[in-house]
Amino acid sequence: MITVENLRKLYGEFVAVDEISFEIKKGEIVGFLGPNGAGKTTTMRCLTGFMPATAGTVVLNGSDVFEDPDGVKRSIGYLPESAPLYLDMKVEEYLDFIADVRKIPRSQKRKRIKEVAESTGLSARLRQEIGHLSKGYRQRVGLAQAMIHNPEILILDEPTSGLDPNQIVEIRNLIKEIGKNKTIIFSTHILSEAEATCDRVIILNRGRIVASGTSQELRSRHKDKALIRVKIEGTGKGLPKKLQTIDGVVGVMQMDRGVEKGFSLFEVETASDKDLRKEVTQAVVGGGFDLVEVQREGKTLEDVFAELTNVDTSAPTS
Amino acid sequence: MESLSLIWTIARKELRSYFNSPIAYIFLSVFLVLPAYFFFRGYFFIKVVDVRGYLDTVSTVFLFLVPAITMRTWAEEKKSGTIELLLTMPIKDYEIVFAKFLSSFLFLTIGLIFSVCVPLIVMYTGPLDWGVIASTYLGLLLLGGAYLSLGLFISALTDNQIIAFILSMVVCFVFYLIGQVGFLVTMPGFLSPVFRFLGLSPHYASLARGVIDSRDVIYYLSFTGYFLYLNVRYIAGRRFQ
Repeated sequence: MITVENLRKLYGEFVAVDEISFEIKKGEIVGFLGPNGAGKTTTMRCLTGFMPATAGTVVLNGSDVFEDPDGVKRSIGYLPESAPLYLDMKVEEYLDFIADVRKIPRSQKRKRIKEVAESTGLSARLRQEIGHLSKGYRQRVGLAQAMIHNPEILILDEPTSGLDPNQIVEIRNLIKEIGKNKTIIFSTHILSEAEATCDRVIILNRGRIVASGTSQELRSRHKDKALIRVKIEGTGKGLPKKLQTIDGVVGVMQMDRGVEKGFSLFEVETASDKDLRKEVTQAVVGGGFDLVEVQREGKTLEDVFAELTNVDTSAPTS
Repeated sequence: MESLSLIWTIARKELRSYFNSPIAYIFLSVFLVLPAYFFFRGYFFIKVVDVRGYLDTVSTVFLFLVPAITMRTWAEEKKSGTIELLLTMPIKDYEIVFAKFLSSFLFLTIGLIFSVCVPLIVMYTGPLDWGVIASTYLGLLLLGGAYLSLGLFISALTDNQIIAFILSMVVCFVFYLIGQVGFLVTMPGFLSPVFRFLGLSPHYASLARGVIDSRDVIYYLSFTGYFLYLNVRYIAGRRFQ
């Protein structure tokens, strides 16, 4: 459905996107993940034909962006970052305008506007001026606009930014719902969002793809260390030393934050994916400490992300 | 045909957005009141039945009112980011540029239609040469179109309406000035006809005398066409990020 090969985009000297290639199959929901300035928006702008790439090929739904930009534009719906809209128009007026530009026949126009308004929860707001709507509703208008011509591909740039938690959940559910029969690319810097919504995640950093796969794959690929949290009553003097002696323990750290008074919390870092919960528990109890909690934590996507995007912290960030 | 209906869709939306903002009403008021005030202030003393003075003032008022029409067309789209939506719709760049020009031209035409009130009032005080007036209005439309295309292009260069306004006004004024006699006499002899031809005002002056010369019409059309072309090229180049 979407094939990107060696896409490269320069802004003057600055390399915004550096030779990235990926493929997205029909019906997939793919999340672009990355810190600010990683090249997510630039990549999307090259896909939608808003900006010409410096080099590389982009093919969407069988049309090449450079040779047949109109073919590409017809088969995509695009929600740019921060959902820009004509604030002086009413919601219905605006959707009507987009429907005309998208050449939706008159006979179907009313029906389509009604449908997208319903699926984005805008039905009650159709007669309001867009400038008077809250950020969340504007985002919905942006989504409705992207979906009105029933495109094969949806490209959404940070569709949940600036929304409150309830709205975020609603938009996510909406994306999942639409994603049942559409191909969707969306960008985010919220990891849990990518994890909750996407079939596949592409992590970008400094214009390059640093990882790609399902969130489970990504986690297991980077699972060389695991954490065991141990909570005891009392100060736990001497406990770190005792824990260090267990075979497979890499390090022990006492945590000061997030602990109730009278308790102590230790993070035990263990090598590989050996499960040392039993050994740790025995050591704590055997040492005469009052054990309250033992919890093992695998790698979260956060850890993977942090690892991948902070490879070289000495280089200037952009 | 499809292209025309698309252009009309966008032009209609643009025209509506003119009237959604207070600028349209301020523009129309100033455009109608100011020249009429200056004209009628002297009219009953001079006791000559002629509206040329009025229409000349209108053509001068264009210098700062046309930039006020065009200043937001592109600058606002760029500032609010809606340009990203517009340029990712299946629309050709020239269709958008032409639609924007068309809507601003229609807006100016609406103003000019209202201004016909003044000749209609003057008509009651004595006979008027409607042939000359018609030719003057043709001149005003062509001159206005030229200023509009220039203003639109300059609006595309910036994302700041005020900069677009001031810069358009300055450039319009330069094109107006280089055709004026006061400027031409300061030029060396061989340059004077060149500037006379390039300036926007002499061509209007001859139309205002009632002489419809195809050279003047072609001059205005090519001036307008040239800046619309530059506008399309600039938008197509997408060098504005």
